[in-house]
Amino acid sequence: MTEKLVIIGNGMAPGRMLEHLLEKAPGRYQVTIFNAEPRVNYDRIMLSPVLSGEKAYEEIIIHGDGWYIANNITLYKGHKIVAIDREAKTITSDHGVTEPYDKLVIATGSVPFIIPVPGHNLPGVLTYRDLDDVRAMMLAAQSRAKAVVIGGGLLGLEAAAGLNAQGMDVTVLHVMPTLMERQLDPAAGYLLQRAVEQRGIKVITKANTQAITGNGKVEQVELADGTIIPATLVVMAVGIRPNAAIAKEAGIAVNRGIVVDAGMRSNDPDIYALGECAEVNGQVYGLVAPLYEMARVTASQLAGDEAAAFIHSDTPTKLKVTGIELFSLGDFAEGDDRQEIVLRDASAGVYKRLVLKDDRIIGTVLYGETADGAWFNDLKKKQTDISEMRDTLIFGQSYQGGAPLDPMAAVAALPDDAEICGCNGVCKGKITGAITAKGLTSLDDVRAHTKASASCGSCTGLVEKLMVLTIGDKYNPAAVQPMCGCTTLGHDEVRRLIKAKSLKTIPAVMQELEWTTSCGCAKCRPALNYYLVCDWPDDYADDYQSRFINERVHANIQKDGTYSVVPRMWGGVTNAAELRAIADVVDKFEIPMVKVTGGQRIDMLGIRKEDLPAVWADLGQAGFVSGHAYAKGLRTVKTCVGSDWCRFGTQDSTGFGVRIEKFMWGSWTPAKVKMAVSGCPRNCAEATCKDVGVICVDSGYEIHFAGAAGLDIKGTEVLGLVKTEDEALEHIVALTQMYREQGRYLERIYKWAKRVGIPEIKRQIMDDGEKRKAYYDRFVFSQKFAQVDPWSERVSGKDKHEFRPMAWVGFAQAAE
Amino acid sequence: MNWVSIGSISDIPRRGARCVATPEGKIAVFRTADDQVYAIDDHCPHKGGPLSQGIVHGTAVTCPLHNWVISLETGKALGADEGAVRTIPVRVEGEHLFIALEALASRAA
Repeated sequence: MTEKLVIIGNGMAPGRMLEHLLEKAPGRYQVTIFNAEPRVNYDRIMLSPVLSGEKAYEEIIIHGDGWYIANNITLYKGHKIVAIDREAKTITSDHGVTEPYDKLVIATGSVPFIIPVPGHNLPGVLTYRDLDDVRAMMLAAQSRAKAVVIGGGLLGLEAAAGLNAQGMDVTVLHVMPTLMERQLDPAAGYLLQRAVEQRGIKVITKANTQAITGNGKVEQVELADGTIIPATLVVMAVGIRPNAAIAKEAGIAVNRGIVVDAGMRSNDPDIYALGECAEVNGQVYGLVAPLYEMARVTASQLAGDEAAAFIHSDTPTKLKVTGIELFSLGDFAEGDDRQEIVLRDASAGVYKRLVLKDDRIIGTVLYGETADGAWFNDLKKKQTDISEMRDTLIFGQSYQGGAPLDPMAAVAALPDDAEICGCNGVCKGKITGAITAKGLTSLDDVRAHTKASASCGSCTGLVEKLMVLTIGDKYNPAAVQPMCGCTTLGHDEVRRLIKAKSLKTIPAVMQELEWTTSCGCAKCRPALNYYLVCDWPDDYADDYQSRFINERVHANIQKDGTYSVVPRMWGGVTNAAELRAIADVVDKFEIPMVKVTGGQRIDMLGIRKEDLPAVWADLGQAGFVSGHAYAKGLRTVKTCVGSDWCRFGTQDSTGFGVRIEKFMWGSWTPAKVKMAVSGCPRNCAEATCKDVGVICVDSGYEIHFAGAAGLDIKGTEVLGLVKTEDEALEHIVALTQMYREQGRYLERIYKWAKRVGIPEIKRQIMDDGEKRKAYYDRFVFSQKFAQVDPWSERVSGKDKHEFRPMAWVGFAQAAE
Repeated sequence: MNWVSIGSISDIPRRGARCVATPEGKIAVFRTADDQVYAIDDHCPHKGGPLSQGIVHGTAVTCPLHNWVISLETGKALGADEGAVRTIPVRVEGEHLFIALEALASRAA
């Protein structure tokens, strides 16, 4: 019979425990989870990148809803447990659900410590703990006003960097003389403070917060020395304490946290505790690696392995602030029985310090350059006698044993039990073993099978090197996927270098960026051509031989080698004369198929290539221009009839759609761009699955973007609401230009948006008027060179070689 | 061998192709970046795509329909794909291009 396993809390530790348990004892338990947060299990370590806008919430989900369903786990979201009845063996939630258990796991995590100064409960005082906190901070950041972060430790600095990235004026208050004093010595703390200040964040150390004051909401923070700092947002990040209240009420032994033995079992043999709420061997933990170790032990115990035991190990600390490299491990206090080795490189901003005792490393602080962290960690863990290499130890692994090694060799030289992924406690041998045994070829594969690099991601470089060492060329790097086989550079690097080095022709790009082929391939040439067209609209001569056939002949190739032709119908509006002209062309050229497209226009299919210029000439007579139905560029702007006709229409959606199309046609983009304008929220133009869509409302224009209705189906994101048509046009144009400048070739808007983050796009387009105007102006400039109808050009004789054979041979008549 | 004139090398853009029409179908004539000229059937061994419409890189062309890469020198598919098209001998005399007509006749036979 299956036993009932009930878990209180749905954070990373119980999530990991379940993964192990499902592997070790599938089907043994019927699992029910109560989560006080109204959501699934997500990667809390990655909240800082979410706050800074570098990632979206969706990207940090560990177990989506489907995972719970697939594993037959019942998840109560938004249920806080209010009582544990150990006699009856049941628990009860605040919504009144009572659930019996055979085994209970308490994983209630921790609660942020709040300094009980006057005003600590004013609106505008937040903590930094979960997604709700992050969302509240991002909302507050929209005011672009002043924020104070109390606490200059790991969390406080990450919060400060995130708020700064969101455009706030941030001051960090830290009660100690140097930042992160628990992980860094004063010298490294000073360097860190300088780096933080260089980002425009103010730091006040030895700051003793006395009160938070304001009239009904936060207005200022007062320090003990009388300093007053204005602020509309205060984030308390001074530490956490285990959340053990519910266990204590139930009479379970609680000290600092819930007291458990090495098997993670509390004094009630049917109740386990793990994660930040658990106290094992007198210690409580906050970093993810030991919590995952607890998860492993608990799962083994629940699966019947009573020998499984938690063993303490030091965990390195890293700061997840882009551009700041910091590594700290172990004990680095000074002492009579200790020696230290220090390396400083002021100009490079590098500081390294090793603390030794009896010729063994006991502590390490690295700032500015942290590549050797894993090696020092390994030496410390193994208690390696370093007396032989003492003179060169600080220079790192590559300086040991004679000639400097390249970074690859340094990784190759690591022993199999060297820890690569600190978060998940994965050693080198486990990674290389999985790569070989399971035939893994991508970073995602390795993450899925070993968990290495799957949490904070700071070991990604090491894991990639291991993949190269293990499988060589078969490794398919995900972090920087090269554009194609002709280069090792990824799209983003190539785009950056094109601008940085002012490269203005395809041969120049290939020469300067050391292409390995003489003239590229069918993957890189169209991409490079697009990047150059986009970046140098006035200087670059479009290379038609690097364009895909559809863009070279301005029609869509079909499976039998014939072409289809779609003229522009602005906003989907047409008239009798246009329809008559189309009918005449269809008759004259015996066009076998005429079809209405999804983008509100007419497609003529099965046209011989030789006939294309003549077809275009006739269409041009009627006023038609190319619809760019073949282009990585602006295609259609679909509209509904709007306020001119519809009794529900709120704005002139048809007129606005036509205006957008007339403004933007001819522009090349990384991938196709389809737009729509709906005149009211009934959304008849289906604007909410387009690359860019507009929903007209009484108060203005709601701009949407990043929808998809092809390989993927995805509703749009809302960029924002603007009042006038002119503003709406400016925002849409600026958004498109941002995408044009950042998108990778063939990357649709929704994928680009996912990569760069919706908040960042909103920040640049909605909030930053100067940026928006600059994007808009660059688009307008580029249109001067792009808005030429390619059909009329070809009717006038351009590229005529494209449309007829160079010779006829072997025909009897042709012999004349 | 009967060489038939098909025109001048300047009729074909560098890294491009033109077609020669014959009673049995089109022949694609390619000009590489370094002015080598190759002729193959304009018919991809995969699904018959018009190779003359593809992107020319090095001495290969990528078919516009499904991205097979065909060697202009051997007519064989490169990479993981298997298949081949007929190659037709080409002679370049100064600016003038000729293809071998017997090859055409032998295919008709």
